Amino acid sequence: MATVPQSNIMFWSPSLRQVKRIIKPLVFIASLMPFAWLLLEAFGTLGRGLGANPIEAIQDWFGIWALRFLLITLSISPLRHITGMVWLLQLRRMFGLFAFFYASIHFLNYLVLDKRFDFPAIIEDVLDRLFITLGAASLLLLIPLAITSTNGWRRRLGRRWQKLHYLIYPIGIMVCWHFFWQVKQDILEPLIYCLILAMLLGYRLWRRRPG
Amino acid sequence: MLIKKAPDIKPSEITSESNFMNRREFIHSAGLAGAAGLLATPSGAQDVPASAVPLPDISPSPLSTDEPPNSFEDITTYNNFYEFGTDKGDPGENSGKFKPRPWEVTIDGEAEITGTFSYEDIVGPHPLEERIYRLRCVEAWSMVIPWVGFPLGDLLQRYKPTSKARYVAFETIVRPSEMPGQRGFFGLDWPYVEGLRMDEAMHPLTIMAVGVYGVELPNPNGAPLRLIVPWKYGFKGIKSIVRISFTEKEPPTTWSLQAPSEYGFYANVNPTVDHPRWSQASERPIGAGLFAPRQTTLMFNGYGDQVASLYEGLDLRRNF
Ligand code: HEM
Repeated sequence: MATVPQSNIMFWSPSLRQVKRIIKPLVFIASLMPFAWLLLEAFGTLGRGLGANPIEAIQDWFGIWALRFLLITLSISPLRHITGMVWLLQLRRMFGLFAFFYASIHFLNYLVLDKRFDFPAIIEDVLDRLFITLGAASLLLLIPLAITSTNGWRRRLGRRWQKLHYLIYPIGIMVCWHFFWQVKQDILEPLIYCLILAMLLGYRLWRRRPG
Repeated sequence: MLIKKAPDIKPSEITSESNFMNRREFIHSAGLAGAAGLLATPSGAQDVPASAVPLPDISPSPLSTDEPPNSFEDITTYNNFYEFGTDKGDPGENSGKFKPRPWEVTIDGEAEITGTFSYEDIVGPHPLEERIYRLRCVEAWSMVIPWVGFPLGDLLQRYKPTSKARYVAFETIVRPSEMPGQRGFFGLDWPYVEGLRMDEAMHPLTIMAVGVYGVELPNPNGAPLRLIVPWKYGFKGIKSIVRISFTEKEPPTTWSLQAPSEYGFYANVNPTVDHPRWSQASERPIGAGLFAPRQTTLMFNGYGDQVASLYEGLDLRRNF
C-alpha cells in the first residue's frame, strides 16, 4: 500500500474540548435545519406550505437530505486525508446518524401519510418495484450501522466493526440507484449525486491502489 | 428540490370567485378545505388573479362532474409541462415569458380544408362550455379542473376530414426562447406530439380547452389552447397546440417514443395495468391535504359508461 502523507496540508486544528463543546453542538443544530425548515414550510410560515402535493414534497425533501448526509458521511475520510484535519472524524458518526434519521422519516412518511399502513400495497411495492426494493434494502442495512455506531459496540466488535461498516458503500450505491430509477426523464439531478458518490468511492480505490 | 416558494400573488390580486361557481359547488369546496384539516392547502380558496382575462358566455355542461374542483393555485402551480422544465413547479415559475398571442394553428393532412388559421378563426365560431373534469396523471395523482372549451369534434368537422382520416395528430409549439425546458439537455424530443383515433377525437367528452375557472388558459396549463381527454392519462392532453393533422396511420406520440414499455398510444386510465415502476390502482388527490387517503382509481377515470364501447375487442393490457 502506498504511504500517503497523512497531513500534508494543516488546516485549523481545534482541541478535543473545542470540538466537543463548540463544533459538535453547532453541527448538530445545523444538521437539524432541514427538519426545522420542513416544519416551517408545513405550517405555512414560508411561502405556500408544502405546495399542491405536500406528501410528495415531504417524501422528496427527506429522501434528498438522507442522501446528502450519507454523502457528507462518506466525504469525511477523504477530506481528512486531503486536508489533514483529523478532528473531522469526530463528526462522522453524527452525520451518519442524521442520514439514518432523515431516511427513517422518509420511510415513515411513506408508511403513514402516503400508504396509511396499507401493508398489502407496501409489500407489492417492495416486491414489484425495484426502486422501492432498493430503498427498503438500504434502510434495513442502515439499521445495524446505526445501532452499532456507539463506542461500546465499536469496542465489542473490534475489527469486525470496520467490516460491518463497509456496508455504507453498497448502501450508497443502492440509494443513488433508488434515486435514479424513480425519475421519469430528467436524470440530471440524480446523475450529479451519482457522480459525487463515484468520486468518493473512487478516491478510496485510488488510495488503495497497489505500488 | 420540490419545495419552493409560491409565486408572488398579492392578496389584493385575489378575487372572490363565488360569483363564478354555483352556490352548491362553492359550499362543497369550502367544506372540503375545512375538513381536510390544519395542513390542507386552501382548496376551493377563490384565488383567480384579477389580471386573468375572463372568457365570455360560458354555459354549464351536463358532462361536468359535481366533485369540488381544485383551487386555481393547485391547478396552475403543479403541472407537467416539460417545455418549461421537468419539475412540477417549473411551469408555474418559468412560463412568465411565454406569449400565447398572436397564435396560429396549422391544419393539414387528410381534410378538404387545410391551411394556417388564427386563434380567432379556430376558437371564434364555437360556443364555450364549462367542463368540470377529473384529471388523472400517469404519475398517480389527480385533480378536478373546471375547464372552459368546446368539443374537439365540432372543430375537426369544420375542416371536413376525408374518409382517409383515421387519426388526428397534434403538435406543441417549439419556442426555446420562451420555453426554458426546450433549451435543456435532458429534455424530450421537441416538438411534443400526441394523437387520437378519429372516434376518440370525435367523442363528445373530448374537448379543446381554452380556459380554466372562467378565464383564459394560464401559461402553465398550455395556453392558449390544449386538448383534454378526461378518460386518458394527462399526458395525452397536449398543450399549446400549433398543428392538427388528419392522418391515415397511427401517429407517433412523445412519451411512447421516449419509453415504449412504459407509455402507450392509448394511455387510457386503467387501474389494472400498472406502470412498470408504480401502481396505477390508486391515486393521490391533489389539494386534499396531508391526512387525506389515496383514492381508488376508476377504469377510464370514471368515464367508462361513456367510452368503454370505443374499445370493445381491444386488449387493453397490450394496448395500454
Ligand atoms: C423502505 C425504504 C424507502 C422507501 C419506501 C422509499 C420511498 C421513496 C419514494 C416513494 C420516493 C419517490 C417520491 C416521488 O415520487 O417523488 C423516494 C425518493 C427518494 N428516496 Fe427513498 N425510500 C426508501 C429509502 C430511502 C433511503 C434509505 C434513502 C437515502 C438514504 C432514500 C433516498 C431517496 C431520494 C434521494 C429520493 C429522491 C428524492 C427526490 O426526488 O428529490 N430513500 N423514496
